[in-house]
This record gives sequence, C-alpha cells and structure tokens, in this order.
Amino acid sequence: MRRFAQLFTELDQTTKTLQKVGAMADYFQEAADQDKLWAIALLSGRRPKRTIRTNLLKEWAAESAGIPFWLFEESYHIVGDLAETMAAIHPATNQHTDRSLTDWIDTIRNLRDAEDDAKKAAITAVWSTMDATERLVFNKLITGGFRVGVSQKLMVRALAKYSGTEENVLAHRLMGEWSPDNTTFQQLLFEENPKDQLSRPYPFYLAYAVEGQPEELGAPADWLAERKWDGIRGQLIVRENQLFVWSRGEELVTDKFPEFGELADILPSGTVLDGEILPFKEGAPLSFQVLQTRIGRKNVTAGILKKAPVVLVAYDLLEHNGEDIRHKPQVQRRKLLEQVVKAASDCTSKLLLSETVSFNDWEQLKIERSKSREYLCEGLMLKKKDAPYGVGRKKGGWWKWKVDPLTIDAVMIYAMRGHGIRANLYTDYTFAVWDGEKLVSFTKAYSGLTDAEIRKVDTFVKRNTIDRFGPVRSVNPELVFEIAFEGINRSTRHKSGVALRFPRMHRWRQDKSAAEANTLQDLHDLLNAYGPPDAP
Amino acid sequence: MQLLQFTERGIYCPQADVYIDPWRPVGKAIITHGHADHSRPGNRHYICHTHSEQVIRARLGQDIQLETMGYGETFTINGVRFSLHPAGHIIGSAQVRVEYKGQVWVASGDYKTEADGVCAAFEPVKCHVFITECTFGLPVYKWPAQETVFAAINSWWAKNQADGKVTVLSGYSLGKAQRLLQGLDTSLGTIFTHGAIHNMNHVLRESGIDLNPTTLVTPEMNKSTFKGGLVLAPPSALGSNWQKQFQPFSEGIASGWMGLRGPRRRRAVDRGFVLSDHADWDGLNEAIAATGAEKIITTHGSTNVFTKWLREKGYDATAESTEFEGELSEIKEGNQKQEEQE
Repeated sequence: MRRFAQLFTELDQTTKTLQKVGAMADYFQEAADQDKLWAIALLSGRRPKRTIRTNLLKEWAAESAGIPFWLFEESYHIVGDLAETMAAIHPATNQHTDRSLTDWIDTIRNLRDAEDDAKKAAITAVWSTMDATERLVFNKLITGGFRVGVSQKLMVRALAKYSGTEENVLAHRLMGEWSPDNTTFQQLLFEENPKDQLSRPYPFYLAYAVEGQPEELGAPADWLAERKWDGIRGQLIVRENQLFVWSRGEELVTDKFPEFGELADILPSGTVLDGEILPFKEGAPLSFQVLQTRIGRKNVTAGILKKAPVVLVAYDLLEHNGEDIRHKPQVQRRKLLEQVVKAASDCTSKLLLSETVSFNDWEQLKIERSKSREYLCEGLMLKKKDAPYGVGRKKGGWWKWKVDPLTIDAVMIYAMRGHGIRANLYTDYTFAVWDGEKLVSFTKAYSGLTDAEIRKVDTFVKRNTIDRFGPVRSVNPELVFEIAFEGINRSTRHKSGVALRFPRMHRWRQDKSAAEANTLQDLHDLLNAYGPPDAP
Repeated sequence: MQLLQFTERGIYCPQADVYIDPWRPVGKAIITHGHADHSRPGNRHYICHTHSEQVIRARLGQDIQLETMGYGETFTINGVRFSLHPAGHIIGSAQVRVEYKGQVWVASGDYKTEADGVCAAFEPVKCHVFITECTFGLPVYKWPAQETVFAAINSWWAKNQADGKVTVLSGYSLGKAQRLLQGLDTSLGTIFTHGAIHNMNHVLRESGIDLNPTTLVTPEMNKSTFKGGLVLAPPSALGSNWQKQFQPFSEGIASGWMGLRGPRRRRAVDRGFVLSDHADWDGLNEAIAATGAEKIITTHGSTNVFTKWLREKGYDATAESTEFEGELSEIKEGNQKQEEQE
C-alpha cells in the first residue's frame, strides 16, 4: 500500500503528463501483479463496491478525531473532499503496518456483511496504523470516487511504456467487462481469449471542436458533413446473436434500451455500430430532455418506452463480418455502413442512418449549420473522407462544429464553494433575471471563468455576503454574467419555469450593472423561440 | 467600558487612546509585526518591538515617528500598562498585553506555537480576554514537525540537482523566507535570492540578525551560475518572466495552505511543503488554554467555525471582523500582503 500511496502522491503532485506516465510506468515495474491489476482497475474507474455508508464513516472519523459532527461537516466544506477530510482530521499516529493494496481491498470487501460495530472497529483500527497519505488513499478506496487526474489514455500510455505492447491494442483489451476477480494481470493484458471478447467494445473516437472557420480544414471535397445529433453516444455490438450497448462512459447499458433487443437477430454476427441513441417518435427526433427523463430511471417501464422511445442513428461501422475495419478510410466504412443499415431496414425501425448533409462549399455548410436548432441538433459533424477511425480524442479526422450558444445576461445571487481543485473558493454560482422588481433564480453555472476571474469573484463573495446557509452564501446582487447555453426547456421544477442545457459563464459583463441584466420575459421569449414545440 | 474595542480604524484602547495594528490612519499605533496587513502607513506615531523597527521603516519610510521596546518592557498611558511578548510568528513579532485596573487583555496579532529557531518562541501570557487569529482554525490543519518538512525540502533540492534542475522555492519575503533560509542545508549549494527577499534579509542583517549566506540574483548573471542552486522567491515571482531564467527548474511553495490538496493543485507547482508561521488547530487550542482566559475574541481566518467550537468548549467566545489576512497571499489568494513584494 505504501508503494501505491506513493504513486497516488506522485500523480497528485504533478500536472505534467510526462511525469505522470513515468510514475505509473515505474509503479508497473515494481508492484506485484495482483496489485498492478487493482491499480489498473482503480485508475480506469473500476472501484470495489462501497461496503460502508458514508454517513457512518463521517461519524467514526469525527469521533476518532474527538470533534463534534458539525465541525466535521464544516471542515468537509472547506476541504471539498470527503476522503481527504477524514484523513486530515485523524490524530497523528506512530504505529505502522505495510500491507499490499490487494490486501486492503480484500479487507474492505470482506466487511460487506459485517455488523456496523465490527465495521467501525475494523476501519478505525486501520486508520491508526497509517500515515496521512496512506489514510487518504485508503479512504478513497472505501468511499469510491477514485480520481487522480489520470485519463485512461495516460494509463494506457504508461502500460505501453512498461510492457512494450502497442497502445491501441492495450486500450482495446482494457475495455469491456472485466474485474480483478475474473482475470489476472497476464491474462488481461497479454492473452487473447476470444470467448470473453464477445461484449468488448472499441474505444470511442472523439472529435475536437472547430475553433475558427471551417475553411482552415482545407478543401470541402475532402470532407463529409452530418448533423450533430443531440442524444447519447452509443456503441451497438452484435456478436453471435448477442447484443451489447455501450455508452461513451464505458458503461454497459444494454438493459436500459430494450428497444434494441430485436437487432441481435437482425444484424449479422460481428457487427459493431457507432451512433447516437436518440428519442424518436413519428419519424422525428424529440428533444434531449425527453431522453433525460428515462436515463436516470432504474427500471425501464412500459410507460417510459411509450413516452420516450429511442432509435440508434448510426454514423459509423467499426466491425464488419467480425473484422475490425477501423483502419479503413471514412468513405469506405460509410459505404459498408449504408449497406448494413439498408439490409436491416426491412426488419426494424430502430436503426436509422445518420444522413450526410451535401454541400459544395463552406458557405453552403454555414447555412446548413444555422438550421441546426430546427433539426433539434447541436450543430454539424465534419469527417475527413480518407481518415481512419481513431482512438480517443485525436485531432484530424473528426470535428464538431456546434451552433453558437444562446445567451442571456444574469445577476449572481448565490455562491457556493467548489470541490476538489476548487475547494475553499467560491466557484459555483446561482443566477437570476429580473421579474419586475424581483430577481428570480433560473440556473446555476460553474465553468467558463479564468482562474484570475474566479479569484476576483471569490473575493467579491467574501466581502458581499448577505447571509450564509451552510456552504452557500447569498451575496449582494451586483455582478452580471453572460450565461451561454445549448438549449432551453419548460420546467415545472424551477420557479423561473425554464431549464437550461449546459449553462456556463460566457463572459463577465463588468461593463453592466445589475439593473441592466435581462428579464424573465426575455428568458421566456427565448423559450418560445427555441424551446420544444410541444407543451408538456 | 471595554478595555479594547473593535472600531472602523482598528483595535482601540479608548482609555489610552492607542490602537493596535490599525487599518486606517490613527494617532498612536502599537504594531505587532511588520507584515503589510498589520503595519500600515499613515499613522502619526508607531510603537513596535526592536527587531521590527528596520523592517517597518524600510516599508513605511525612514522618517516615520517610531519608538521601540524589548519583550517584557512596559510603558503606561493614562493608567493603562502596555507590554510586548513573543508571538513566534516572524522576527520581531509580538503579542500586546494591555492591563488596566487589574483587567488584562492580550491582542496576539499573528502567532505560531512551534519554536522555529529563527524568531523568539511564542510565550503564553495569562489574561482575562485573549484576542486570537484563527487563520487555520479547522481540525484539518495539522502541521507536520518542521524537521520532517525541511528534510523533504532538502532532499527535493538534492533530487533537482541530480536531474539538472534549478530549485525555486517560494515564501513571503518577510518571515517565511528567513525561516526557509535557516532550515536549508547550505552544504548542498548556493542559495540565491530574489530582490524583495534580498532587501528584507539586508534590513534584518543590519538589525543584527544572523542569517545564512545568500547571493542576490542580478540581471548580468549567466544562466550557468544557477546550476545546482536554490532560489528563494516571493509568491508574486512564481510564473513571472523573471523566473524563466532558471529553466529548467522545479518549483515549490512553502505554506500552511499546502496541507490541503485543493489549493496545492490549484497552484499547480511541482511541490507544496506544509510550513506555516501561523498556529495549526492544535496550536490554537493549546495557546488559548494556556492564557487561562475565559473570554476569547477571534479575528481573521475560520472565525465563525472556530468561535462556535470555542463556545461549545465553554469559552465566552465572539468573532470580530478585521482587515487582517493571515497567509492567503502566500498562495496568491489574498489581496494585501502581496504589495510588499512588488
């Protein structure tokens, strides 16, 4: 564990990717195989199941430190990280044992069925045998949420450096359903086992945003354009008459979309499609909000299936007749994709093709882009005709060209402290618009400001506090921000009657006073112009 | 009438017509220490500890009217007896003891309880009312022993040498820089200083304080001069053009805030060392207990939380707002102390 805690510290200490990769490669060189396997699992988001309730942990931590519970909570607000808070308040200790990472994880998992008293005795005993760093890492293991600023891509790079195996191959092997319980380090990374490959997805290819003008991409003839659909990215796999649906977050979501069940028998074995899962009814897409009501549900009921039915709008073919065709040029994959979708179209209405948008020059495409909201789309996708399907976010082949966001000027009325890297700074704000003489809150936003601006706003908050409610402060309504957002919907849950999609701070309008901010009427005008046509 | 009151101008003793660390200009001001948020310009008359004199004159002007006294010496105005006692914060830092008709109040300014070997160590002063900072008044702030921290800093320096990098270490020009300087292993190599720190060192050496040898970084120095060296720099110099001349370098900050990952990662330096000139959670609690005071007035820091905690422990505790800042600008999150470095 000491070695793993050292790795955690090294990763946490630096922002330089080269150093992170080096630290991980060193770890893979030195650690035992089973520990390595767990390290890979943790760094790729496969944490062990939580076996202890967070509230109990907080109580025990406060008790061990000899402080009242409210003081623990206040400390947590400042630290912004539960595992760290519990590690930091613990009194210093001289005892020390060094057990392996695997050993600790087993300890935690074995507590699952224990009584609360036994859990408490075990956990508090562990705390007193560790230094603060190990305690932090151990707490991260029990609370979940193991995030250390390492992307899957970086970890794969480190594994490649350590093992000499190619990154692409490793990335593919690490995907899918595996856990340290059903494989070994050797098996996972170095053995091909066709049986458990059935469900294994390919890494998603992610697009960069077009920053300037599309002209910079070169000749229009080299590019394909499609609508950028506003749904959930998904990879649909059919192998040996079994269906698997993966979300971009590498989550197996087959059960959430029973509509696709029929495709298992319709698509030929060895077919992998990349596309957008879209709410779709009577020949037209529905707004993303419709899909949102369905994502969060544990059970997909008949009612939901009727209200928010989905289709897959396919835009790429990654595997054809069992062959990985990602290296083939975009146009060739596209041709095969069209054949696959066409062949299936007689038997299913759940699989559609993402049609290309034809254009001869960029000007024409700009006009198409400006129509995006009419199609309930976020903009356009540009795909280079001769490009292969890449791994992860890579510049070159795919670009997203989003429509300009909607904006409104709003007054900041509440501020809350951030978490993690933004702990103890007021970074999360609530915004309001005028309704006559009153300010009505309508959205929160967290992102979009520079670090320097955040510090200025933080100082403003601390000096202009009207009232405090736990971690939240109400502040003098003085600062005006331009809020940008991708979409607007009716909402019965919010006082303002609207819900925004992806709200963020576009600009700090230091040139405007609070009185010059927009009104609720302005917001409702946007709703009527750009919101969904059907009232709920 | 309260012996000390919190007014718009600062902590005020009406009986003697004297202020302690006022933040607006007044007639007579007792200054606890030379940091910019405690010693401000514009007062007609200053009183401070002998070791603070040159620092304050250098910052506020040679011609200010200022008198000095040693720890334990007393003077009386209109029946109020004043004396200064070591606060252990930085060189010359003092707690102000105020006594009138048997009532004793102590305004402690900024303080730390761990003896740093550079300035006079904190001495608890018995009193009825204790005015305390609580910059780090939360149980998550617990300082590691300074030997451990210096061992870590020195081995980081040695590692940077092995990697062919210059070491750039940041801390306040006044206080932290000298503490770092005295804790560094001088056998490892040359210790360079930024102009702001050099100026402070010069003033302190002139006042008779013995400091390890340093070399001022000057424009005509060749890049190779810095090889294997350690550069002490104020927080404001981090990320500046000035710093670029040391490339390749590894940079670190020494501050109490480095005890938490949020601020540490936000500053995005290579290393954060937990070293503060303020008391940590245990230090604050011990210092308060040692005064024997029943009434505690908290000033800057985690005042709300810390005051509530003291009340639960049975103290008559209240919070007062001041314009003191604690250690925030050391990680570029404050507004005030930065000035002295520019």
